[in-house]
Amino acid sequence: MTKEKISGSEALMRSLEHQGVKTIFGYPGGSIMPVYDALYDHLGKLNHILVRHEQGAAHAAEGFARVSGEVGVCLVTSGPGATNTVTGIADAMIDSTPIVVIAGQVGVGALGTDAFQEVDWVGLTQPISKWSYMIRDANDIAQAVARAFYIAKSGRPGPVVLDFPKSAQTQMIEYEPAEAKYIRSYDPVPDTDMASVEQAVELINNAKRPFMLVGQGVELGNAHQELLDFIEKADIPCGTTMLGLSALPYNHPLNKGMLGMHGNIGPNVNTNKCDVLIAVGMRFSDRVTGYLPNYAKQAKIIHFDIDPAEINKNVKVDVAVLGDCKETLRVVCEKLKPAKHEKWSDSFTTYEKLEYDKVINNELHPKTETLSYGEVVHAVAEATKHEGILVTDVGQNQLTSARYFHLLNKRSMVTSGGLGTMGFGLPAAIGATFGAPDRTVCLFVGDGGIQMTIEELGTIMEHKCPVKVIILNNHFLGNVRQWQELFFNRRYSFTHMMNPDYMKIAEAYGIPALRVMNRENLADAVNRMLTTDGPFILEAVVTEEENVLPMTPPGSAISEIMLETE
Amino acid sequence: MEEKLYTIIVHSENVAGVLNQVTAVFTRRQINIESLNVSASSIPGVHKYTITAWTDPDTMEKVAKQISKKIDVVQTQYYTDDDVFQHEIALYKLKTHMLESNREVGRVIRRFGARIVDVTATYSIVVHDGMSAELTSMNEQLMKLDCVLQFVRSGRVVVTKSSFERVDEYLEKRGKKYEQRGV
Repeated sequence: MTKEKISGSEALMRSLEHQGVKTIFGYPGGSIMPVYDALYDHLGKLNHILVRHEQGAAHAAEGFARVSGEVGVCLVTSGPGATNTVTGIADAMIDSTPIVVIAGQVGVGALGTDAFQEVDWVGLTQPISKWSYMIRDANDIAQAVARAFYIAKSGRPGPVVLDFPKSAQTQMIEYEPAEAKYIRSYDPVPDTDMASVEQAVELINNAKRPFMLVGQGVELGNAHQELLDFIEKADIPCGTTMLGLSALPYNHPLNKGMLGMHGNIGPNVNTNKCDVLIAVGMRFSDRVTGYLPNYAKQAKIIHFDIDPAEINKNVKVDVAVLGDCKETLRVVCEKLKPAKHEKWSDSFTTYEKLEYDKVINNELHPKTETLSYGEVVHAVAEATKHEGILVTDVGQNQLTSARYFHLLNKRSMVTSGGLGTMGFGLPAAIGATFGAPDRTVCLFVGDGGIQMTIEELGTIMEHKCPVKVIILNNHFLGNVRQWQELFFNRRYSFTHMMNPDYMKIAEAYGIPALRVMNRENLADAVNRMLTTDGPFILEAVVTEEENVLPMTPPGSAISEIMLETE
Repeated sequence: MEEKLYTIIVHSENVAGVLNQVTAVFTRRQINIESLNVSASSIPGVHKYTITAWTDPDTMEKVAKQISKKIDVVQTQYYTDDDVFQHEIALYKLKTHMLESNREVGRVIRRFGARIVDVTATYSIVVHDGMSAELTSMNEQLMKLDCVLQFVRSGRVVVTKSSFERVDEYLEKRGKKYEQRGV
């Protein structure tokens, strides 16, 4: 008996279902039409979310992946459809987010001819993706898709790009589902050298002032419990990176706050006072380290990471513990001696008090008539009992919400950390509502950033995505304005924003909305937002020229912190 | 840090687009590739890239790791000239009348052990193979004699001075780790 023959497009649908895909963010176009035609027969199993711009599809896939731990999928056409996802791919690469972007392509016979909507998609994406591959022959589909998902989610996760020519979409083939668990040229989890484990144990057991840097790797490796066991046994205070904010509950006594340029004072200052610095699943970004030659020079440094290329990349380390941190944290923890570092742990309290008096108090209880960023973020965080998912855009909205939202649950932080992509927030929040349908998704976005991907309000409208959009409107590109104030002599070159009436925009999209301008109405407005089913836009008009503090100015050591700007 | 000439050997799967991925790592850091040679390796389905570039040891280590990280790259090693036997080939098209009139041209060719392989009324072809420095030296001397019409060199190929092929060992280890060969 001859086997059933199906089209390449149908094979793609079956391959995606075989990988357990249920949600696709996409936008149709000429070179992907056979795939969309096949998708029409799979709508019961594959939920396709029609975005309004392909960049939105990529960021939505990222948001989906971050909160669910699954691979986010996006489906777009060739040429401009594909290039519009480039920002999302680069963003996913630098923030280790597993997504698979499938783009249509002109037929194999037309490759290289400047055919309509042809672009060298593999060539374009190779430097910004974990893997890029063209499926020239439909017989290759099952294997290529299996590999794509395996590569995207294994080891250090990242974006994978599939380039799918139209000729392969219509080619008739016999389909067999495929698995990929091994690629000889790809070792996702490097072997852990037991000698390095012993060295790490020795350093930590003899440490007087150990300090841990917790990164997103803990979330990606699902090593939350292993982290708790480790730090509680050896009594190690921790700072988290912005992407690692929800790797450790905010109220854990050993969580001393956020690292980096606008992080908390204690963890930054004590980075340069500890005797053993233990970095887990983080990459010593310049936003975390400040001026490298003055970074943690006094400390022995231990780096737990799954990616060998991260070792000694920015900071030279004394011991590298390679491997999956879920495993390496456990192995090292077993060998640790229980310890207490009360005095050292208490040393953070002084800085906490200083920061509260100099910065936090002013932010939460400002003397201005207008609202501050911090009090808006705080009001939403309190009303959601810190259990919501925090999605941010980029800039002051991001820094302030990262500082004041205070996350309780894992996989709750969705932000564009490495690439700093304005316009990330709104589509990523849409993705998050599909990745974690039972959780409250709160997006903080500026008046600048929301206009970069504002078209996705259409997606929210159509799918009733329950995103709570909080626009922190200061009529400025706030973070650039802050830098202009501090480092460019207050020359506000093109940072003032002329904005549309967001209430009218909300109305046009049929999304319930409120504008809040003063303190008295804030709690009620937040309450209305959270008690309204489905999406909501809350525009908070905030102080125009507010600065995010504390701040480590660029070029300064991470322990040299600016507490006020006047 | 002081820059040295490194020879980087990359073994990769023989699939389209790997060269682009490898060179992109150099491009990103704006490191010039001095020479590049690509050919099949002694292992079926595995291609070998021999690249030379000037950089410092610290950057070299990072570049090698970032190349290794590419999914289709099997392994990346880097060496200084002390660690490898290297060889390169050069072709010259010389003016025949200069070869006849200036005896020094012939002396240079003999001194470097190069061979004249073709002679016509207007030009003569000379083949020279050897270490990179020898090729450079002979080229400089012939250029001074104003007899060179065309000159081309191949870029080096190298074998390491260690007694085993590291990539074989690596692939064996990979196979054992997953107890499975191929996909």
